[in-house]
Amino acid sequence: MSTPIHVPTMAQMIASGEVPEVLFWVGCSGSFDDRAKRITKAIVKILAKANVKFAVLGAEESCSGDPAKRAGNEFLFQMQAAQNIMVLNGYDVKKIVTGCPHCFNTIKNEYPELGGNYNVIHHTQFINDLIKDGKLVIADGKSFKGKKITFHDPCYLGRANDIYEAPREALMKLDAELVEMKRCKAKGLCCGAGGAQMFKEAEPGNKEVNVERTEDALEAKADIIATGCPFCNTMMTDGVKNFNKEEEVEVKDIAELIAEAADLI
Amino acid sequence: MIPQIIFTLLFLTGTGIFAFKIKKIRRNIFLGKPLEIKDNKAERWKTMAKVAMGQSKMVVRPVAGFFHILIYVGFVLINIEVLEIIIDGLTGEHRFFAPYLGSFYNFLIGFFEILALLVVVACFVFLYRRNISSIRRFKMPEMKGWPKLDGNLILVVEVVLMGALLKMNACDQILQLRGADHYMVAGSFPISQFLVPFFDGFETGTLITFERIFWWAHITGILIFLNYVPYSKHFHIILAFPNTYYSNLKPKGQLNNMAAVKKEVDLMMGGDPFATPETTVDDGPPERFGVKDVTDLNWKNLLDAYSCTECGRCTDNCPANQTGKLLSPRKVMMDTRDRIEEVGKNIDKAGKPVEDGISLLGNYITEEELWACTTCNACVDACPLNIDPLNIIMNMRRYLIMEESKSPDSVTSMFNNVENNGAPWAFPAADRGKWIDELN
Ligand code: HEM
Ligand code: SF4
Ligand code: SF4
Repeated sequence: MSTPIHVPTMAQMIASGEVPEVLFWVGCSGSFDDRAKRITKAIVKILAKANVKFAVLGAEESCSGDPAKRAGNEFLFQMQAAQNIMVLNGYDVKKIVTGCPHCFNTIKNEYPELGGNYNVIHHTQFINDLIKDGKLVIADGKSFKGKKITFHDPCYLGRANDIYEAPREALMKLDAELVEMKRCKAKGLCCGAGGAQMFKEAEPGNKEVNVERTEDALEAKADIIATGCPFCNTMMTDGVKNFNKEEEVEVKDIAELIAEAADLI
Repeated sequence: MIPQIIFTLLFLTGTGIFAFKIKKIRRNIFLGKPLEIKDNKAERWKTMAKVAMGQSKMVVRPVAGFFHILIYVGFVLINIEVLEIIIDGLTGEHRFFAPYLGSFYNFLIGFFEILALLVVVACFVFLYRRNISSIRRFKMPEMKGWPKLDGNLILVVEVVLMGALLKMNACDQILQLRGADHYMVAGSFPISQFLVPFFDGFETGTLITFERIFWWAHITGILIFLNYVPYSKHFHIILAFPNTYYSNLKPKGQLNNMAAVKKEVDLMMGGDPFATPETTVDDGPPERFGVKDVTDLNWKNLLDAYSCTECGRCTDNCPANQTGKLLSPRKVMMDTRDRIEEVGKNIDKAGKPVEDGISLLGNYITEEELWACTTCNACVDACPLNIDPLNIIMNMRRYLIMEESKSPDSVTSMFNNVENNGAPWAFPAADRGKWIDELN
């Protein structure tokens, strides 16, 4: 926590003649939303602690286009993609770590056809690899002894890209107990935010999706709901509030939990 | 000789009408937009073997999965016996295969009888599930009327057919024992032996008539059933195989990039605006962005629609549906099929495509349904035939936005923010790095 962390932009790095190992793609939530910014900071602290040479795009980053595409606006999506690909290719970026499964999915699966070919990794995978390779040691931080943690699979990491194990492996490094909700992995229930729902009122119904999902987590008797997506984080936090359980149940991103355990925040 | 002629005519008529209907459906499916699926042949065969033949996604629901496997295996194997029935019918022989197969024939007939009984049991279980127990996915609005009747009819017909087979065998074995002319001793009858007491009291002549009636009932039943299948959700017994072969093998999260849009974006981003257009040929009306009617869908979407079993696993897993929203991915598939059938009928009547003022979006599927989707892929994951309702939903959203500029106000402002600020919220792009200053 002591030495200040330097977060260079790509432009600064290149100007000083250096090439980063990875580009950290922050995403819009992670850049602007106060709650999600805390996740961003946790990721950066982990990268710094593990001596990963990274950079961000800063003001040159722009929305990946996912919400536009999922709402049906292919024009806007492809404009965003073209602009981002121009920037990324301009810096000859090879490897990208994203803090958001929506950006992850879009850049990994939809950019290549438009000229953007990168090795794209979600932050939970990257963190898990850092721990496995011994580059990040979890010690001296907060203990989770006796706590039950449940992982809420983000649709765009899980079903969309079949990544279920890396986030769980990372959580198992904590001294907590990992419990599963009755619907998990491929059968995990959406938090309700995807497909641009995050930006609109829900259609008429008899319940909010995030409330339905929070019930699953409460039923699993979890003390901590671990997330891997800033949208899920918002939805689950609201869900917990809906049941007035914010005193008992925490909603935290995997990056935050790992950073706490490694005494970084 | 006369029965053979009647049989041949009946058989040719039955299969002929079936072939005619299949041709119609094939034409309907290819009213959809072209899409090339020629890659990864090995993986495609593997997917078909696993998902369709191996029923891998069916057994996720153990009860339905188990009893369905009974019907499925029963159907496929008992069809070997149907082959014999057809040969008998055409040649006028009785139990044509028996002399060639010897004791193995006895085993087969016995085995088929056991299968037939299991099929009957499974059908009763399914009838119970559909009509008496309270399973959510059978009770939804789209399952009223014809779909409900269809579901029950299939099961009843299966029971009747299997019943005819067993009763035919019961009469046959009595005739065999009595040494009736033409009825050679062949087969073993572990199940139908229990039906023997019902028929034992009749004279040989009457029994021969009974045996013939059941024989004809069985084969006519099969031919009628064959022609019922293409009008029913039961069509899946054929289409499940091609449909899983043509499964989407890409990550589920990957939504196609529209080529027509790419062309325009390329022009706007870097293309020379003063360059003369590549072609001056008039290609007719420009292609529509997204999907308004079924003919805007691609053929795989339409194959999906004809393959759907209306099982409702998709809808059962849909977060929007579970929370009371109007959206049901099963209904999306059923609407698509109903509409393409309607378009097909219009063509049959007029001899050419006609504009009937009706479209999938609007007349069948509403905007409210489309806007309820979270694009979570739960429906795609749940479908035992790898059907993709989400793709249809997404392409209709594309039509709403790109052709009609219709979106909820909040979505419109999200678009504006992305366009102006590079983020879905109204924050200035220059503030994107603010968190860095807050870090230390
Ligand atoms: C080829 C022989 C097949 C036969 C005779 C057959 C027969 C049936 C019957 C009678 C039903 C109705 C059950 C009910 O009332 O719910 C049914 C339902 C169904 N079949 Fe098949 N089927 C066959 C092949 C397949 C294949 C290859 C698949 C693909 C995996 C499949 C998937 C389904 C599904 C998903 C349902 C809905 C049942 C449910 O509620 O879960 N079938 N089938
Ligand atoms: S992708 Fe849409 S239709 Fe399919 S289950 Fe999710 S919300 Fe429902
Ligand atoms: S789309 Fe698939 S899961 Fe949904 S009803 Fe049809 S067969 Fe069942």
